[in-house]
Amino acid sequence: MIHGILAEFRNPLDLMHAAEKVRDAGYNKFDCHSPFPVHGMDQAMGLKRSKLGFVIAFFAILGGLIGFALQSWTHSIAYPLTISGKPLFAWQAYIIIIFALFVLFGAISAVLGMLHFNRLPRFHHPVFYSENFKKATDDGFFISIESEDSKFSDTETKSFLESIGGDNVELLEGDDE
Amino acid sequence: MKFDSTTYRISNPEPLGRKFLYTGLVFLLLSAFGWVTNHEQFYFSYLVSFMFFITLGLGGLFVTLIHYLTHSVWTIVVKRIPETAMRTLPWMAIFFIPIIFGMHDLYHWTDYDAVAQDAILSKKVGYLNTPFFLIRAAVYFVIWFGLGSLIHKFSIQQDEGHESDIYQRLRRVAAPGMFLFALSLTFASFDWLMSLDPHWYSTIFGVYIFSGSYLTIIAFMTLFTMFIQRRGILKNEVTIEHYHDFGKLLFAFTVFWAYIAGSQYFLIWYGNIPEETVWFLHRWEGSWKSMSLFLIFAHFAVPFLVLIFRASKRNKTVLFAMASLILIMQFIDLYWIVMPTLHHHGVHFSWMDITTFVGIGGVFLFLFWKNFTANAIVPVKDEKLQDSIKFLNP
Repeated sequence: MIHGILAEFRNPLDLMHAAEKVRDAGYNKFDCHSPFPVHGMDQAMGLKRSKLGFVIAFFAILGGLIGFALQSWTHSIAYPLTISGKPLFAWQAYIIIIFALFVLFGAISAVLGMLHFNRLPRFHHPVFYSENFKKATDDGFFISIESEDSKFSDTETKSFLESIGGDNVELLEGDDE
Repeated sequence: MKFDSTTYRISNPEPLGRKFLYTGLVFLLLSAFGWVTNHEQFYFSYLVSFMFFITLGLGGLFVTLIHYLTHSVWTIVVKRIPETAMRTLPWMAIFFIPIIFGMHDLYHWTDYDAVAQDAILSKKVGYLNTPFFLIRAAVYFVIWFGLGSLIHKFSIQQDEGHESDIYQRLRRVAAPGMFLFALSLTFASFDWLMSLDPHWYSTIFGVYIFSGSYLTIIAFMTLFTMFIQRRGILKNEVTIEHYHDFGKLLFAFTVFWAYIAGSQYFLIWYGNIPEETVWFLHRWEGSWKSMSLFLIFAHFAVPFLVLIFRASKRNKTVLFAMASLILIMQFIDLYWIVMPTLHHHGVHFSWMDITTFVGIGGVFLFLFWKNFTANAIVPVKDEKLQDSIKFLNP
């Protein structure tokens, strides 16, 4: 089974320009691989803004509500004890815990959400079948186009990648898992 | 007024400056009539307005110091705005003179007979006494004058082509300058605002004033940049990316202000010691209570909920509204700190609140505009200027 096509580019600038051409050619299931972050790559690839912020907002607010409910229930319903002359429903004192849980839930959901959207953790990926791809952690810059893309075709995509300056263009065979 | 986009200089700026100056002087004259009719009200209104422009200048000093400490790129194109705001601080020493005359009306601790009979105040007399108060004020103004002129000197040298190690030198000024800034701001806010209620103390008070002063300068920078861009100045140099960063800072420091205000309130509420809680008790009396709640709503909740979205930080209309709101709220915040000392039982607006504000504000803008247009309005020889203009948010 063919997973996709991998092409190598000489430097980060070539990679960025190639990404723009792949984007403009209408591909949307492709990825860029480089040893370090390349500024402006998000726009070059035509990536949309991440949905992560909304996930974090949801869980952060949920955390705040849990913090409020927990304190007001224990303090004024379950164990109504007067502590240092404060009223049973002392909302001022709750704010710190509400804030802390808000931040805690937000931070944890940010990490887990990031992993989810990146489809991590995973132990293998078909690009690793390529010997040449080992350079991606050192000095190699790659674009991989997946066969699931509606515009994908073995021969045309290959010649397209060659036409925009890709070297060592190779088919990636093997399953995703 | 004409703008030369190659040298970045504004020629013939005097007419606008004169407008600011005359407006200021007329309103100061009106305030002087107020002094004749009700000098106590005059001094308190005057103190609020004075502190507003002091915190604006101090915010400018802070933004400048942090710019040279971090060598941030995006601020380069707008850095002359806080730098100029910082240079108005020494001039504020002139506006301090009425406060010296009004000390007896403003500060209860100047009444030595009352202090002698007061167990708490008599212990504070080593710090809160007239000569030491004046010496401290002089020290603050000397610090602000020294830092301001030193930084300005180097910054202008850069325009003349002494590129080599200007940032190194400025960093050497900015690092110790940061300590001097923090100490002078803290003690100035203790002296001029906190001692209005001499029994009360809050160690976080300086940070509270700092958070407001940072908000003020960023809001001022936003509005001033919009103001000059409307007149065709820096039209292509300041982009939506710079406004986006202003929005981010406004948002961040809205949260910071609320955090500090909340911390101050919370610790006092928790401790429940009468000598500390009395300050909040005064601000919970009559219509002061509404103003306290309004502060939470309009100084925190509104800017927080509006500026949290990326789209609103990149929308100039929304940003204009928020920057204006924050400036107004900073004024109300200072009003809320100062005025309950005079009007114990509720908010009591006076026309002098407005006239002193416009009066000092007019002269402030005159000084600001004069200093701003005296040199190129962006550091033309800065090697990273082009990077700053082309800067993009991730």
